[in-house]
Amino acid sequence: MLTLAEIMETIKMVQEENLDIRTITMGISLRDCADPDLKRACRKIYDKITRLASRLVAVGEEISREYGIPIVHKRISVTPISLIAECSRQEDYVEYALTLDAAAAAVGVNFIGGFSALVHKGFTGGDRILITSIPAALAGTGRVCASVNVATTRAGINMDAVYLMGRVIKETAARTAEQGGLGCAKLVVFSNVPEDNPFMAGAFHGIGEPECTINVGVSGPGVVKNAVARVGNADFGTLAETVKKTAFKITRMGELVGRLAAERLGVPFGIVDLSLAPTPAVGDSVAEILEAMGLERCGTHGTTAALALLNDAVKKGGAMASSYVGGLSGAFIPVSEDAGMIRAVEGGALSLDKLEAMTCVCSVGLDMIAVPGDTSAETIAAIIADEVAIGVINNKTTAVRIIPAPGKKVGDNVTFGGLLGEAPVMAVHPFSADNFVRRGGRIPAPIQSLTN
Amino acid sequence: MCAQEPKKNRIIVTVLGPDRVGIIAGVARVLAENNINILDISQTILQEFLAMIMIADMEKSRIDLSTLKERLAAKGSELGVRIDAQHEDAFRFMHRI
Repeated sequence: MLTLAEIMETIKMVQEENLDIRTITMGISLRDCADPDLKRACRKIYDKITRLASRLVAVGEEISREYGIPIVHKRISVTPISLIAECSRQEDYVEYALTLDAAAAAVGVNFIGGFSALVHKGFTGGDRILITSIPAALAGTGRVCASVNVATTRAGINMDAVYLMGRVIKETAARTAEQGGLGCAKLVVFSNVPEDNPFMAGAFHGIGEPECTINVGVSGPGVVKNAVARVGNADFGTLAETVKKTAFKITRMGELVGRLAAERLGVPFGIVDLSLAPTPAVGDSVAEILEAMGLERCGTHGTTAALALLNDAVKKGGAMASSYVGGLSGAFIPVSEDAGMIRAVEGGALSLDKLEAMTCVCSVGLDMIAVPGDTSAETIAAIIADEVAIGVINNKTTAVRIIPAPGKKVGDNVTFGGLLGEAPVMAVHPFSADNFVRRGGRIPAPIQSLTN
Repeated sequence: MCAQEPKKNRIIVTVLGPDRVGIIAGVARVLAENNINILDISQTILQEFLAMIMIADMEKSRIDLSTLKERLAAKGSELGVRIDAQHEDAFRFMHRI
């Protein structure tokens, strides 16, 4: 029998501490939609997405009502479009993005991920077309998200792709200048990208995935923060244990919802991504967890160690709660989406360099960071190169979602609205990396046998 | 696992709010009118707030959980408390392996 205390704990987590199922993402393979005829390919894509996802939003809402757990987003990820569009011999793939946008609108999801290419070892013709179509695709659609994987531990870093992405990010910012460079918030550059990540903007349906699947992303920074605050000045063992137990409970909720959704939609259940993903809401911040551990401000000395403890404990708790854990799993540290991170940047406690160091020990990379609008494509490419190098050498996923906010300079703010929040513009180093970035070619894969 | 036994119709009704006369009677009436059997009640006063938890069986009820939630919420606003109903699994799954 359940105890009163357990029931109260669950209710408190949901009602006061913002525990939520962040997203149910339906992954859909579009591999059978490739067609030499553009119109026919787009028709197949639209029909398949709207057929498989027609009940996604309704089922999500139904489960949310019945179980009393908020399910914030229902989203779709699809096979990287570069693979599907390649056989249609187009000069750009914007039409495919428009099709995805229309299908997403038809089923009522707010984002659809998969305008993507995997180019860690090199480009095919289709990959290049896709990447160069990104600025127009993101400017011309509201719901489409794009991602490009430019490096893996096995292949090394495709520096041509890194440089190209620097230019693509600049162009995307320019084309969405009226909204503060919003297009860049829907574009992620990855190393070692996971194929089953349910979180936007980096979600796509990997080629090793089944025909259709349901992946779930759970989040509850507020719950973890309150648990950390409750243990007071206990030692690190107790602290880690507390985070672990809390992560276990949060993940169980995700497992329950994921299985229910999969069953009701008649598709296999994929994974639970047990990430702590913040939102701009008060009390839903990863930075505040770190501060509750005893740091005056996120970004000060000790932050990397605190984040390492948090990230590892979350994974340990989650791994026990579900047998199918995947995606990125860990703590997300986007700047614009986290009230505590915004405060830390504005207070001068958190710089781009410290953020980069923090990404060595957490799930994602430099996420939702606004930099001055006049930052060069080469500098952005160099920032990407640094971040993917961390992923490649350490055998982990890293990502860059950076916004060179048009017309803005350090000290300004750029507002995206909704869950994307607002970002203070952060300083980049003034010294050039142009000659380094322009070399071209590929940085070789690191040696695997002599890890230390 | 929930997936194997989704038809268990036990729900947990929670009432949170300032204590006053008639709260239990009000909630019990809504449940009785909809043919829902109360299995267990426990309550506690947290400071001056009432926290009441009922475990109930919806098996013989002809309404679904969302309709019940609406009716309970309406009764709650009448009584000045927050009344919610959730499937038992939401609690069981989180705390029991």
